[in-house]
Amino acid sequence: MEIIKTDVAIVGAGGAGLRAAIALAEADPKLRIALISKVYPMRSHTCAAEGGAAGVIKSDDSLDLHFNDTVGGGDWLSDQDAVEYFINEAPKELTQLEHWGCPWSREPNGSVAVRPFGGMKIKRTWFAADKSGFHILHTLFQTSLKYPSIQRFDEYYATDLLVEDGRCQGLTALEIRNGEMKQFQAGAVIIAAGGGGKMFPFTTNGNIKTGDGMALAYRAGTPLKDMEFVQYHPTGLPNNGILLTEGCRGEGGILLNKDGRRYLQDYGMGPETPVGQPVLKTMELGPRDRLSQAFWGEQQKGNTVKTPWGDCVLLDMRHLGEKKIDERLPLVRDLCISYLGKDPVKEPIPIRPVVHYMMGGIHTDVQAATRLPGLFAAGECACVSINGANRLGSNSLTELLVFGRRAALSAMAHLQSNPTPSSDAALAAKAKASQNRIQALFDKSDGTESIAGLRQEMMDTMEANVGIYRTGEGLAAACEKISELRRRYANITLTDKSRVYNTDLMQALELGSMLDCAEAVTVGARDRKESRGAHQRLDFTARDDENLLKHSLAHYHPTEPPRIEYLDVVITKSQPGIRDYSGAKK
Amino acid sequence: MSELQKRQIQLEVLRYNPETDTAPRYQTYSVPCLNEWVVLDALNYVKDHIDPTLSYRWSCHMAVCGSCGMMVNGEPKLACKAFIHEYGDQIKVEPMANFPIERDLVTTVEDFITKLASVKPYLIPKSDQPISAGEFKQTPAELKKFKQYTLCINCMLCYAACPQYGLVPEFLGPAAISMAHRYNQDSRDGGRDQRQEVIATDEGVWECSFVGACSEVCPKHVDPAGALQQVKVASTIDWYKEHLMPWVKK
Ligand SMILES: Cc1cc2nc3c(=O)[nH]c(=O)nc-3n(C[C@H](O)[C@H](O)[C@H](O)COP(=O)(O)OP(=O)(O)OC[C@H]3O[C@@H](n4cnc5c(N)ncnc54)[C@H](O)[C@@H]3O)c2cc1C
Ligand code: FES
Repeated sequence: MEIIKTDVAIVGAGGAGLRAAIALAEADPKLRIALISKVYPMRSHTCAAEGGAAGVIKSDDSLDLHFNDTVGGGDWLSDQDAVEYFINEAPKELTQLEHWGCPWSREPNGSVAVRPFGGMKIKRTWFAADKSGFHILHTLFQTSLKYPSIQRFDEYYATDLLVEDGRCQGLTALEIRNGEMKQFQAGAVIIAAGGGGKMFPFTTNGNIKTGDGMALAYRAGTPLKDMEFVQYHPTGLPNNGILLTEGCRGEGGILLNKDGRRYLQDYGMGPETPVGQPVLKTMELGPRDRLSQAFWGEQQKGNTVKTPWGDCVLLDMRHLGEKKIDERLPLVRDLCISYLGKDPVKEPIPIRPVVHYMMGGIHTDVQAATRLPGLFAAGECACVSINGANRLGSNSLTELLVFGRRAALSAMAHLQSNPTPSSDAALAAKAKASQNRIQALFDKSDGTESIAGLRQEMMDTMEANVGIYRTGEGLAAACEKISELRRRYANITLTDKSRVYNTDLMQALELGSMLDCAEAVTVGARDRKESRGAHQRLDFTARDDENLLKHSLAHYHPTEPPRIEYLDVVITKSQPGIRDYSGAKK
Repeated sequence: MSELQKRQIQLEVLRYNPETDTAPRYQTYSVPCLNEWVVLDALNYVKDHIDPTLSYRWSCHMAVCGSCGMMVNGEPKLACKAFIHEYGDQIKVEPMANFPIERDLVTTVEDFITKLASVKPYLIPKSDQPISAGEFKQTPAELKKFKQYTLCINCMLCYAACPQYGLVPEFLGPAAISMAHRYNQDSRDGGRDQRQEVIATDEGVWECSFVGACSEVCPKHVDPAGALQQVKVASTIDWYKEHLMPWVKK
């Protein structure tokens, strides 16, 4: 097996991975950096982000306000030391991107423009029309081309971390084009492999978002945190889950039920605000968890619109007018017309909540360090946690930058502590074991389970039982089903035995990752007997700060469900309070 | 609302596995489709229900990641934005033209990535300014000058459509040159001279025969042909300034 020796190996070349790579290259041009990604960097799902990235720059805003919005939005499950670091670094990182050429939308005077976003009290979301993530990703990718020390391994699929002497010292990855296994020997590893929304059938997430990074860390013995918190975005196209950004509502779009009523006022987010004049932090600019829950309420009351794709409510943007829609939301218009055959300039768009983002992920501290020395994580795959029980829109893109860089600095500090690498033989043995695991999939000829079949069963289970509202009964059934699927996974068949660009193999490995993550989600959700943020239980409807103002940590077991440990939330200055998104007092 | 319309499609797909095939071949799958589907949905149906060995790239399913470029009935298209309702019951899918086939619908794209990197597609600031001094100012009008060229998703459909790239593989090609133009037009940038060395060459803009096919197939309306034309004009002006009016600074 070829061995590639490097100082820092980064798994994932989306926003977080690229930001980490650039930070390393800038800090020390002599560092050898391996940037490993299962797709070409610009295919990473950061490209799909539309709305924007939050960071305080305007004079009417303050760091304290961003802090309060984030912590309250997260239903007090965010670690406040991490939030503090995040909001402080956010403006610098967004300005840095500007200096790298990001085409942010502008005010007439040439300064960067900001737009309103859900749950934010002040307009603070930097945007590049409605293609913000796309521009951030391409700016980072193109900037990374400046640095010869960033060596890219495009279309390499990471399969296992190499852990020896209690430290992470590299990983194994398959070169997809020829099926060859490579051993990366590294002083430090950063995982930036994105989220895992594909464990659900109806999602805004791209095909690559299969929780691989989370599963890599989890299987290597470092816990996953707060996995039960899965965010539904309230406005997805009903036929394929394509996202219509929160910017639609930020710009003034409104939500209507079948009777044309702005139903959010019936869910504690009223009174109604004037059409086309959105008021921050209330009605359509309430947080995502509340809006998705209100949809569910309307569905129960029979107030939704029946469509061939199921129950919907309507997103009405007609009053914004063609000019504003084309200037601020050109992608949204294109997506609605192309994929649904409806023009938002002319008619309301049917939408429904869609799985969007995982608040949980690899447990890291404020330094982006995991519990496994030598292993760091950043971006959606990590849980620092700034997002707590519910992420505010536009905090994630900023998080990629802030903690991507932070992970790089921490990895450098780890290298400087000069850990002696374990013997080549010991690491090679570990790599060999990983290779054997893949080879076994090729050698096996008596498998009876189909990859697509198991995946469908997993998705159906998640959708039926782990959605916007959950019950003890449903979750218990889901836990049982996911364990069963994990057992059956041992018996899958690989139809494609070729070495060259074998996507059957990729899908098999991705399914393994998703099942591991799905089990952490379901068990975490079953055991969290309260309702907080995106985790809502019909059998435990209140938040329980006395017992559960805590992070859950899921510890991997190869054949059994995970063991769940609880960890105190870091609270520095904001005590848990009431999340009030009514407009009454404002 | 009405029921969704169903259709049975014959999907003819180019297959090639270098380990077992000596030459590409075609395989036809009969796929039950919804009329609102895109070709990518039909391929995913094949992969999940008929033939797990079919290989192709995709991720976003919303025409923004640029992974799923292929020839659909002979035209370069994003499979996730090629609507079944725009085709008859026979649809032929092949890998992108002008690129070597790696396997099935997957092509080798290193050449494009290398060319993109060669044009220095990053901001080379006119003046240095620390982050603490805040953002560079740029008016909406200045932004508009280059915005269109930032929209390239690197899907390479323009290379698949470009007859010149087919004939002269050294040609830098539409997307790479447009990207250089994008930075050249950015009011914050001062790197034009460095990029000109790469793009105002025989393999650069002068190779372009201005057929305009690139702009026709671009799913994002970047108009690379327009960018190439502007680069040619500007390079010609450079030449005149240098050779006929050497006292004028370009
Ligand atoms: C449609 C949509 C819109 C959004 N809009 C916004 C918004 O407006 N504002 C906001 O703040 N957030 C938004 N988000 C959330 C945000 O975009 C994501 O959380 C964020 O982009 C994730 O970035 P990342 O770098 O962590 O991962 P990604 O960009 O997903 O990249 C993951 C990387 O890991 C690599 N990888 C994964 N597995 C492996 C493996 N096994 N081996 C090798 N490499 C691997 C992939 O190749 C890829 O390079 C949106 C999300 C979606 C889906
Ligand atoms: S799948 Fe992303 S462009 Fe088609």
